[in-house]
Amino acid sequence: MAIRKAKGVSRRGVLKGAAAVTALSAVPTGWAIAQKRPLKIGLMLPYSGTYAKLGENITYGVEMVIAEKGGKLGGREVELIKLDDESKPELAPQNADRLVKRDQVDVLIGTVHSGVQMGIHRVVRESGTLTIIPNAGNVAITRELCARNVYRASFSNWQPAYGIGLAAGKKGYKRGIWVSWDYAAGVESCEGFKQGLEEQGGTFVDFLKLPFPQTNFQPLLAQIPGLEVDIVGAFFAGGGAVQFVKEYAAAGLKAPLCGNGFLTEGTLQAQGEAAEGIETALHYGDGLDNPKNIAFRKAFLEKAGREADVYAVQGYDSAQLLAIGLEAVNGDIEDEENLHKALENAKIDSPRGPMAMSPSHEVIHNMYLRKVTNGQNKVIGIAAEQLADPGTGCKMT
Amino acid sequence: MDFAGLFAQLLNGIQYGLLLFLIASGLTLIFGVMGIINLAHGSLFMVGAYTAFVVTSLTGSLWLALPAGIVGGIVLGLLLERFLFRYFYHREHLDQVLLTFALILLFEEARSLLVGNEFYSVPIPAMLDFSVPITSGFSYSAYRFAVIGICLLLAALMFLWIERTRIGAIIRAAAEKPEMVDILGIDARRIHLIVFAVGTALALMAGVLAAPLYSVYPNMGDGFLIISFVVVVIGGLGSVSGAFWSALLIGLVDTLGKAYVPVVAGLAVYVLMAVVLLWRPSGLFGARSA
Repeated sequence: MAIRKAKGVSRRGVLKGAAAVTALSAVPTGWAIAQKRPLKIGLMLPYSGTYAKLGENITYGVEMVIAEKGGKLGGREVELIKLDDESKPELAPQNADRLVKRDQVDVLIGTVHSGVQMGIHRVVRESGTLTIIPNAGNVAITRELCARNVYRASFSNWQPAYGIGLAAGKKGYKRGIWVSWDYAAGVESCEGFKQGLEEQGGTFVDFLKLPFPQTNFQPLLAQIPGLEVDIVGAFFAGGGAVQFVKEYAAAGLKAPLCGNGFLTEGTLQAQGEAAEGIETALHYGDGLDNPKNIAFRKAFLEKAGREADVYAVQGYDSAQLLAIGLEAVNGDIEDEENLHKALENAKIDSPRGPMAMSPSHEVIHNMYLRKVTNGQNKVIGIAAEQLADPGTGCKMT
Repeated sequence: MDFAGLFAQLLNGIQYGLLLFLIASGLTLIFGVMGIINLAHGSLFMVGAYTAFVVTSLTGSLWLALPAGIVGGIVLGLLLERFLFRYFYHREHLDQVLLTFALILLFEEARSLLVGNEFYSVPIPAMLDFSVPITSGFSYSAYRFAVIGICLLLAALMFLWIERTRIGAIIRAAAEKPEMVDILGIDARRIHLIVFAVGTALALMAGVLAAPLYSVYPNMGDGFLIISFVVVVIGGLGSVSGAFWSALLIGLVDTLGKAYVPVVAGLAVYVLMAVVLLWRPSGLFGARSA
């Protein structure tokens, strides 16, 4: 009984307090409040499990921008609230809810896993919390499910695959297939490859797929000679990519292998000889020699004690984008109109090169054509310059 | 029809089937003799695969993982039987299921603590890291041929052991008529220990051999466990030769299904199981009904 009573009292107290805050906030200008408390940024990322390193690198990237700006964004102190999403989609809505409702973050940066992203999206579309995506590439987020308060600073699954499809078509390959896992990223990348290849006059023959994250590639590989193709594109990542590239080489197929950049990203050491010569497309590459990238890689190495990768860049750019928005409104995140105007028109000097925002809040950037040379993803050209996602079906409200 | 492709797919099916046999034979023996549905059998397979990963990364040689898998499997099997399973033979199936399900969780947690949650690939041993061209445009990894060979050898040994030795005869008798074995005054405890140790060692062996082919990742045993149950049910509970033929059948149906009718691939083996059960409720070689 006593407990229930105490609870009742405290709830009333909270309500009173809330009413007081609301009344107060109606009086002074937004600028005055902005000076009062630090800006809360929720980092909802995987800090454990398969994607833990990706979450860490993204966090380092975010922290680097804040440090560069002297600990402030838009002149306002920043408080980071980190939450481990464990890459578990089933926990995503409640985790996102915790950040938005309990911690009342002003900005949410997250996440890596596209299933978790859908959970976050459901929550923030309702709450209107400014959200910046540092990795997950599911296309729906900036197409039919696009939202005014959600921006992506990484890539859409369609982009790199479209880039490599285009490059393959330009090289004169006529008949191509795509091999991937049967889940969102696999299917969406297949669509990109198909479109790129067909735009260059090639024929898309088939999509060979297997359930995520199985690696029983042999039944798929053995079908390839019978399909009479001259180019094979693939999307796999991590251990699956290592396995696939090695088995592809061992199968002695005539058609060369190409892919979206994750096929050879962070995996080259394990893939060894089997990966040599594979061409991929991605928005980043080893040894991009723009001054921003050189400085970024040096600073990242100093901070993290390891080489930067594409995930670190995406974290860095997420925070860069946020900084541009907040600087335009002097840290007053309530000034939504000017905030969104600044974010939508942001021109970012990224380690990946120039980067901007599309009307559907998807990143516009170069898709570099890379070729594995001596164990490095060497940039050999641009597969698609300043590529935007089609953003099909996006209606901004 | 692309006959070269078909040939490659047949090899894939046989290789997959033989690997399934190693898992399913232990499962069927343990069920046949002790009446235990060991849900943790897939975890034992996972332990084997991670053993291969750990041994290969420490020593650089998969060949050392094979004896490690056999010895580790026998020891693990003896410990599990002696200190856990022995107390569950006369309990209800629900208790047994709870025990083996708890073991799955324990094995996965141990895996997570000891090795981590990453997806790791295991290199093929250098001496087998080459391909044999089987058609003009397709080569087959020598390691896969080696896996087929090793599995066939193990299957032959199993067959001789079960069909031609005294202890094999007792095990067969225990699987078909347990009361008979009791009446004859045979020490059932010893038989249980042996069967459990052999079954566990086979599952670990399968894991070691599979590691370079399928990589190692969390919960990798689950998929193999479910398909192995299908093998056991089709082959007939407790029948090792039944498990052999049914594993080959499942391997071929699954592989050819994935290759030629991908739309129904996920279903094919379960439809097969339903048909076999309607036609022969005790499985192809089973003495007792499923």
